[in-house]
Amino acid sequence: MTVAAPEKELKTVEKPKVFAFNALSLKDLKALSAESLWSFNEAELLAIQAHFKAQRREPRAAEVETLAQTWSEHCKHKTFTGPIRYNDGKKTRLIKNLFDETIAKATKQVAKPWCLSVFKDNAGVVAFGKKWALAYKVETHNHPCAVEPYGGAETGVGGVVRDILGVGLGAKPVLNTDIFCFAPPAYEGPLPEGTLAPLRTLRSVVAGVRDYGNRMGIPTAAGGIWFDADYRLNPLVFVGTVGVLPVWAVKKEIKPGDLIVTVGGRTGRDGLHGATFSSANLTDEAPASAVQIGHAINEKRALDALLCARDRKLYRAVTDCGAGGFSSAVGEMADGLGARVRLENAKLKASDLKPWEIWLSESQERMVLAVPPKNLKALEAVFSAEGCELSVIGEFVKSGRLVVTFKDETVVDLDLKFLHKGLPRVERTAVWDVPKPSSKGAVTKLKLAEILQRCLAHLNVCSRETIIRQYDHEVQGGTVIKPLQGVRHDGPGDACVIWPHAATGDMEDLSGFAVSHGLNPEYGKTDPYRMALACADEALRNLLCVGADVSRAAFLDNFCWASPEDPHQLGRLVRAAEGARDAAIGFGVPFISGKDSFYNQSKDVNGKDLPIPGTLLISAVAPVPDVSKALTMDIKGPGNALYLLGWTSEELCGSLYNEVCGLSGGSVPEVEVRSALDGYRAVGSAIAKGLVLSAHDLSEGGLAAALSEMCFSGEFGAAIDLDDVARSGSIYSNEALLFSESPSRVLLEVKPENEAAFLKCAKGATVKRIGETIANPILKVRGLDGLVVLEEPLSALKTAWQRTLPEAME
Amino acid sequence: MKSPKVLVLRAAGTNCDLETANALAHLGAKPERVHISELRSGKAKLMSYDILVIPGGFSYGDDIGAGRVFANQVRLYLKDLRQFVRLGRPVIGICNGFQVLVKAGILPLSNTCEQTAGFTFNDSGRFEARWVHLRINTQSSCLFFKGLPEMIELPVAHGEGKLVLKSPRQLEELKKNKSIAMQYVSDDGKLAGYPYNPNGSVFNIAALSNPEGNCLGLMPHPERFTSIHHHPNWTRQTFRKETVGLAMFRNAVDYCRG
Repeated sequence: MTVAAPEKELKTVEKPKVFAFNALSLKDLKALSAESLWSFNEAELLAIQAHFKAQRREPRAAEVETLAQTWSEHCKHKTFTGPIRYNDGKKTRLIKNLFDETIAKATKQVAKPWCLSVFKDNAGVVAFGKKWALAYKVETHNHPCAVEPYGGAETGVGGVVRDILGVGLGAKPVLNTDIFCFAPPAYEGPLPEGTLAPLRTLRSVVAGVRDYGNRMGIPTAAGGIWFDADYRLNPLVFVGTVGVLPVWAVKKEIKPGDLIVTVGGRTGRDGLHGATFSSANLTDEAPASAVQIGHAINEKRALDALLCARDRKLYRAVTDCGAGGFSSAVGEMADGLGARVRLENAKLKASDLKPWEIWLSESQERMVLAVPPKNLKALEAVFSAEGCELSVIGEFVKSGRLVVTFKDETVVDLDLKFLHKGLPRVERTAVWDVPKPSSKGAVTKLKLAEILQRCLAHLNVCSRETIIRQYDHEVQGGTVIKPLQGVRHDGPGDACVIWPHAATGDMEDLSGFAVSHGLNPEYGKTDPYRMALACADEALRNLLCVGADVSRAAFLDNFCWASPEDPHQLGRLVRAAEGARDAAIGFGVPFISGKDSFYNQSKDVNGKDLPIPGTLLISAVAPVPDVSKALTMDIKGPGNALYLLGWTSEELCGSLYNEVCGLSGGSVPEVEVRSALDGYRAVGSAIAKGLVLSAHDLSEGGLAAALSEMCFSGEFGAAIDLDDVARSGSIYSNEALLFSESPSRVLLEVKPENEAAFLKCAKGATVKRIGETIANPILKVRGLDGLVVLEEPLSALKTAWQRTLPEAME
Repeated sequence: MKSPKVLVLRAAGTNCDLETANALAHLGAKPERVHISELRSGKAKLMSYDILVIPGGFSYGDDIGAGRVFANQVRLYLKDLRQFVRLGRPVIGICNGFQVLVKAGILPLSNTCEQTAGFTFNDSGRFEARWVHLRINTQSSCLFFKGLPEMIELPVAHGEGKLVLKSPRQLEELKKNKSIAMQYVSDDGKLAGYPYNPNGSVFNIAALSNPEGNCLGLMPHPERFTSIHHHPNWTRQTFRKETVGLAMFRNAVDYCRG
C-alpha cells in the first residue's frame, strides 16, 4: 500500500509538457484539435485560449485533454442542452435547452414522489417497496462496436453494469438488457474499407454481450434487434442494467479530507480518447486503442467487494470510471469541492505509461470511491479478501481546483468552475421538413396467408431464440417471467419479470418488476413525433401484458442520431423529443434517465454521408406487485374468448405489411394517449383480479402476427371474425384489419366464466370479443364479407417464424 | 442438530452463491458464503461445517478450462475435503461446482486424488441456457434425491458441460457403482440427442455421485427451481407442493438433522 505523498512535495521541479496554445490562430487551433482527436468546436477552442490567456500561461497537455473529455458531446450532451433555433415548418423559435423543455419538463410535470433520483446520478432511481429501490440505466456503445464489435459489446455491458455499481452507494445488478440495430446479416452491397460485414458485427456483438453478462452472473433477459440496411456503417448497441439497492444507499456525499480510492482493474493504455472519438463521425482511421479491453471477472471481484463494503458503510461516495477515465470520474466527484491527485500511486498495467495517459485511460473495471481516512484499513481488508486491488490516488480538498501531479510534475491544475461551467454554448439550427401527405399504397396481389408468413419470417419479427439461449437469463434465480414463453419455452414474451428477492433474501416478498422496450425507426422515417409516441406506447403495453402496474411505470430515453450539425437531422430530433415529452406527460410516466449518441453517420463507398435512421429507444420499468399474478402470452386452452383492446384504423405507413408487400404510403400509426390510457387502466385491473389468462401486444405485423404468436406458443388454435374488430369508419379491407399497426392494442384470452366480470372491469375501454380459442391447431379468420379468408396450420406459421434467424446467422 | 452449518464456497467469478445460500437459509440451515481465500488463510475451516456447497459461476473466468483454477485451489486449500466426504457429510457441486469436484478428483470416485473424468465444450459450440428433462437413477443411493420422482425438470446454463470419460470401460464402472445420478432425457423419459441432451454428454450423463451417495455433482441448477414461479410453465400448469430444487437442498439439511 502506497501512502499518499505529503503536501510539501507539491512544487513543480521539472517544467511540464505545455502547448504553445495561446498564440495560435483559430485555423491552427482547429488543426491541432483535429490532429489530437479532441473534437472541440471553434467556440470551445477560443474559450480555452481566453481562459489560459487570462491566467497568463500556456495550458498543459493533460489540461486540454481533460477539457476535451469533460466537454465532449459524450459527457456534456451539448446538443440536447444547447440552444437550438428551430423551424417547425411554419415559424422559427428558439429552444434554449431541448432537454429541459422536453424530457426533463415531462418528468417535472408528472411529479411522481416515488422517483428518488432522476438524471443526476449514474442511473435513474425509483422506489421499490418500502425498503428497496430500483436503479436503471441504458447506455449505447455504438462507435466501439463498429470498430471492434466483440470488445465493444463486452465493455458496453461492463460500463453500464458499473453505472449501476456507481449509483448512490452502489446497487446490485439484477438484470441486463440488450437492444441492437444492425444491417440485415445477409446484406451484400458494397461496404467502404474498414467497415465490418453486418453478419460479423451481429455474431461478435452477441458473443460479447453473452461472455461478459454470463461471467458477471447477471441475467440478460430483455431486449430486441431491429434490422435496417441503413445501420450498415453505424450499428447501434444499447445495453442496460437494472440494479436493486436499499433506500438508505440512494444518496451520496463527499467531505473534504476523504481519500480518493480507486478499486478494480489496473490502468493501461487501452481506451484512450473514447469519449472524444465517440463524439465525432466515424472514419476508417478510428483508432483501435480507443476501444477498451474487458475482463468480466475483475469487475465481478469489484462488485462483490464493493457491495460488502457498502453494507459496512466504509465509503461515502462511489462513481465509475467510464469515458474519460480518472479525469471524468474524479473531475465529476470533485465538482463543488476540489481534488488533489497523485498519479504515481495508481496501479498500472505497464510501467511506461505517461502521466496524461494514466489520467485519461479508459481501462475497464475501475471504480472511484470517496473514503473517510479512518475506514481505509477496513476497506483494504474487504477488497483484498476478494482478490481485488485498491490504491489511494489522492484526496478531496476544499480548494475549488483540480490538481493532478505525477511525482514532482504538475500534470493538471484547473479551476473546477471553468471545467464544469466554462463550456460555451453554441447555437445550432434545426429544420423540420414536414412530409408531404402520401396517398394510400397500391393493392397487393399476395394472398393473406403468404403475407402472414412473410411477416412472421421477417427479420424484425422472427424468433430470437438462437440468441436468447446464449444468454444466461436465469442466473440469480429471479427470472419468473422469461423472455421465451409457452408450452415449448420458445414463444416471444412481451417483457420479462424479475423477482429480485432470491438475491436480496426477502424470500417471502413476492414483489417483482418488469422491463420492456419500444423502438421503431421505420415510423420515424416519416414522422419522428409519432414514432416517439408509438415507442412509449409499445413499451407500456408490453409491461401491461405481463401484469405490471403501468401507473407506476418509468421511462428511459436513448436517442441515437446522425450529425446534429445537419439542421434537417436536428429538426427530426426535436420532433422526436417533443413526441417523447407528450407521451410522458400524456401517460403520466416520468423519464428517469437517458442518454444520447450523435454522429452516427459515415461515408459510404461513394463518399456520400450515410446517416442512420433517427432512432429512439424507450425502455420502461414498472413494479409487479405480486409476481404470482404475472401473465405470459401463450394461449392457455381451447374454448376461451379472445378480446381485442383498442381501435383499429388503416395505419400502414412504415408497417411491416407495406414492407413485405413492397408497398409504401399511408399514415403512420398515431397514438391517442387518453383512450389508450383508459384501456390500460381497465385491462390492468382485470389482470390484477386474475380475469385474464394471456395477453399479447399488437405491433409489427398487427393482429395477424400477434394472434399467430399466441397460438403457436400455446399450441391451441383460434377462430376470429374481422367484422367484430372495433374499427374506424374508413377501414374496409381484411388486409388492413389483419396487418394495420394501430397502436395501443392488446389481445387478451379470457375464460368464458370470467367474461362478465372482465367486461365489467373493461367498462369505458374499447374491448371487443373477436373470436375464441379452439383445440384444432389452426388459425381461422372470417373476413368482412363473412367468408373464411385465412386458414393456416400453426405448424407452418411457427416454422416460418423460427427458421429465419438461425439461417441468417449460420 | 437444529441448523446445519453450510459452507457455500466462493471464488472470483462464482455467481450463483447468493440464491443458493438464500434457498438454504429459507430451509432453516445456516449458510455462510466463504471465499476460498479465507480457507487458505485458515480463517475458515472446512471441518467446522456440516454441508459443503460449491455453487455455479465462472470461477476465474473458466480461463484455462471450466473450474480448473478453482479445482487446483480446492486441492491445495481444502486438503480435508476427502475426509469430509468420507465422514458422510453432504457435498454438492452445481454446474461450475460439479466441474470443480471432477477436476479436483473428488468425483466420480473420491478414494484417489486423480482426476478421472473431464468436461469439454457443448456439441452446439456455444453457451446455452434451457430447461431440461432429467431422469434420476432409481438405484442411486444419493441422499439428495430422497422422495423425488424419477422424472424431474431443471434448468441448465453452461458452455462447457459435456462430460467425457477415459474409456468405455470407465462408463461400465460408473454404471456398476451407481455413480450415474441423473441423465438428460426427452419429455417421455427416453435417452435422446440435442436439444434434450443439451451438451452431448456421454451416455446423457447430467450428474455423478460417489458410490456412498453423499457427494453429488450436477450440471443443472437446483437453486433455480426453488419456487414454482421459477418453472417456465408455471402460468400453464399446477405443481407439487415443493419444487425439485428446494427438495434436494432440504434432503441434505434433513440428513444432517438426522
